Amino acid sequence: MRTFRKRVIPTLLVDGRRLVKTRRFADPTYIGDPVNTVRIFNEKQVDELVVLDIGASRGGRGPQLDLLAEMAEEAFMPLAYGGGVRSVSEVRAILSLGFEKVILNTATHSDPSFVTEAARTFGRSTVVGSMDVRRKSLGRQELVSAATNRLGSDPIAEARRLESLGVGEILLQSVDRDGTLSGFDLELIRLVAGAVKIPVVAAGGAATVTDLVAGVKAGASAAAAGAMFVFRGPHRAVLISYPTDDDLSGLG
Amino acid sequence: MIGVVDYGCGNPGSVLSMLRRIQLPARRVREDAEFEGCDRFVLPGVGAFDDVVTRFRASGLDAELGRRVLEQRAPLLGICVGMQMLADASEEGVEPGFGWVPGQVRHLSHIVPAETRLPVMGWQYIEERSGALFPTDEDTRFYFVHSYYFEVDFDADLALVASTPGFPPAAVRRGNIVGTQFHPEKSHRFGMALLNWFGQWEPDA
Repeated sequence: MRTFRKRVIPTLLVDGRRLVKTRRFADPTYIGDPVNTVRIFNEKQVDELVVLDIGASRGGRGPQLDLLAEMAEEAFMPLAYGGGVRSVSEVRAILSLGFEKVILNTATHSDPSFVTEAARTFGRSTVVGSMDVRRKSLGRQELVSAATNRLGSDPIAEARRLESLGVGEILLQSVDRDGTLSGFDLELIRLVAGAVKIPVVAAGGAATVTDLVAGVKAGASAAAAGAMFVFRGPHRAVLISYPTDDDLSGLG
Repeated sequence: MIGVVDYGCGNPGSVLSMLRRIQLPARRVREDAEFEGCDRFVLPGVGAFDDVVTRFRASGLDAELGRRVLEQRAPLLGICVGMQMLADASEEGVEPGFGWVPGQVRHLSHIVPAETRLPVMGWQYIEERSGALFPTDEDTRFYFVHSYYFEVDFDADLALVASTPGFPPAAVRRGNIVGTQFHPEKSHRFGMALLNWFGQWEPDA
């Protein structure tokens, strides 16, 4: 008898109308057309998809609703969107397109009360708090939240802060591992998952199903990956892939 | 024609999108006149119990849906909180439910293992309980996201359960009413199979 297993989530980065993949949050490589890629992942019956617009917050332009609508039309699985979401009306608009969740990062710092309001209005499970963590060498290695670097906030405090704002889930991204295919930062996952009661989605570094399993064994409720599902081979040739359900049985 | 009730909660758009993909005629129902020509209904719902119930009552669509479902016996599919609000009451709120399926909505902490992180989000394989709800096989799985579950008063109303021991009811059925805790509209071909079944379902009188 097959039982509940942890989710495995491809993370798609869009920049304008382009699907890209970064390495350590930099050097975006062009992957292809985002809508077509969603269609392929839909055919592969992925557990869930995360879409992050890496230009939306930086450029201050907000979500590309027309692109999100096209993506949602091709997706018969849960969808989460992050990037430049700043208001309850934007959340409502994104949900009405067929997304289940919004992912908030910048807003959790600039407008924490909006995060709480969104969670209260749309339900906790609809709002994901995202935190980007970088390892920093200051004498000895320590973990700092990328977004609050200057504040010196540590990941445990940041995770608890997000939980107290009312989010239903944390997307935990390791900046140093992003796109490197070197495996999850398991120590980071253990720290953060141990600090909160809500589900934690691990992201950054996974290259194999073994990595995904290690991530959930470390405490993650779901394992996300980008490069693993869009690249193949040492030369990072673009090939969209996703493990079969049987391959993922170790994530029980 | 399937009427997808749109009272501002949940995601009628996703349900309509999947119905379109499997080529079942469907329409959004936002006012009483739009019930006309529909022979079965989907009632979505996402959010906090009291908010969802209050919005549905405020929409005024509850009266006409009740007339069609309870008096004319039109098949109804409630999804997630759209199912939960058919219960008598919920621990999540103080508003009464509609009482169309006798039962209580309770917090998952009553039944799931203590270490379970809530809300539960993910895919569950399922098992059938009371008779064949619709064709399933060992691959059949659905997407769940919830912190509360529907506890039926009568075991006969329990249609599907999650195959994970200790996990809650996945679907209820009473007469011409069926409700799923999971989201068929977000469950790939398994959800399509369920909606296809619902589109042809002829409940026993």
